[in-house]
Amino acid sequence: MKPLLRFERVTCRRGGRLLFEALDLAICPGEALQVKGPNGSGKSSLIRVAAGLLRPEAGKVESGPLALSDDNLALDRELPLERALGLWGGAVAEGMDALGLAILARMPVRLLSAGQGKRAALARVAASGAKLWLLDEPANALDNRSIDLLARLLERHRKSGGAVVAASHVALPGEWRTLELGG
Amino acid sequence: MIGRLIAREVRRGLSGPAWLPAAFFLLVATLVPFAIGPDSKLLERIGGGALWIAALTAALLPIERLVEPDRSDGILDQLSVRGVADESIAGAKIAGHWLAFGPLLLASAVLGALLLRLSPDQLPRLIAALAVGSLGLAALAVAVAALTAGLPRAGALAGLLLLPLAIPLLIFGSAASGDGGSGAFLLESAMALLLVAGAPFVAGAAIRAGRT
Repeated sequence: MKPLLRFERVTCRRGGRLLFEALDLAICPGEALQVKGPNGSGKSSLIRVAAGLLRPEAGKVESGPLALSDDNLALDRELPLERALGLWGGAVAEGMDALGLAILARMPVRLLSAGQGKRAALARVAASGAKLWLLDEPANALDNRSIDLLARLLERHRKSGGAVVAASHVALPGEWRTLELGG
Repeated sequence: MIGRLIAREVRRGLSGPAWLPAAFFLLVATLVPFAIGPDSKLLERIGGGALWIAALTAALLPIERLVEPDRSDGILDQLSVRGVADESIAGAKIAGHWLAFGPLLLASAVLGALLLRLSPDQLPRLIAALAVGSLGLAALAVAVAALTAGLPRAGALAGLLLLPLAIPLLIFGSAASGDGGSGAFLLESAMALLLVAGAPFVAGAAIRAGRT
């Protein structure tokens, strides 16, 4: 099976600090990988390298179409949520439904709470239709109900042949392969 | 995606303070008679050049909201993840910025020309020169905005960067507004074309370099 994401001896250095060295990684359809580690251990950098936003110091990264959810909302604050998500296209209505955002469709993005914002960012990922999802701290600011929604969403995604790489310092619902980054 | 991006730029330009550069332009044009005096012969002679200086300073105003908000909010990252080239983002920004900025500037230039008592035969030349010039200015503004995005005191830095780079445009543009017989309009167009063609690459490289 062709992996959706592959790292070949990838080394990443940030601000003079070596975060990880010669890292090999292959994520196949249906897999879920949680990147663990203390603050500053390079979890987010690994996600950004995988997304192609950060160039590794050495090594090769291969991936197909992917969707990313990180700390940034990347939604126009003055627009209602549904229109703001609409900029990114895809199955917006389904994505919003999956995260319980349908009732907030007309709410301006700037009025969303931290947890609602996180759900909106996850809804964009769900709507994207990409096979590979890269999630940076997906459970941050989510309440228990939303974490359940996230768990169900990830389960469905994996069953339909998708893969997930999530960076999180807390336990995530469901079954994950883990990768521990040093501190 | 590019069409959606251009539409978004126009919407953001017009829903935000799009009238601000136009109002600023008119204000600077209004200052000229106060500084020079009401001599209509003199005003007619320097009016074209004065309006060009007003246009240049007005072009500085929107710079800070062109690239930096999208960078800090992760919109540029999300576009990159979707495979949109940074150069295409910059191109869409230039097109969208001009659509929100250019026509309003031209409309206020008509008012400004009346204020400075430009002769009726000079007005079409001024508008044509400003129309071409505003394209070059929009391209330059996006490039400078991308180069200064994320830097402290980016606004002041952007002014220091944009104004010198706009000098060729100013020279040929104000000459073309005054004298239709010279080749200044063609040279101005060539200058604007160079800026419009080069700016997406400069801005795209700057966006890439700014990604950390």
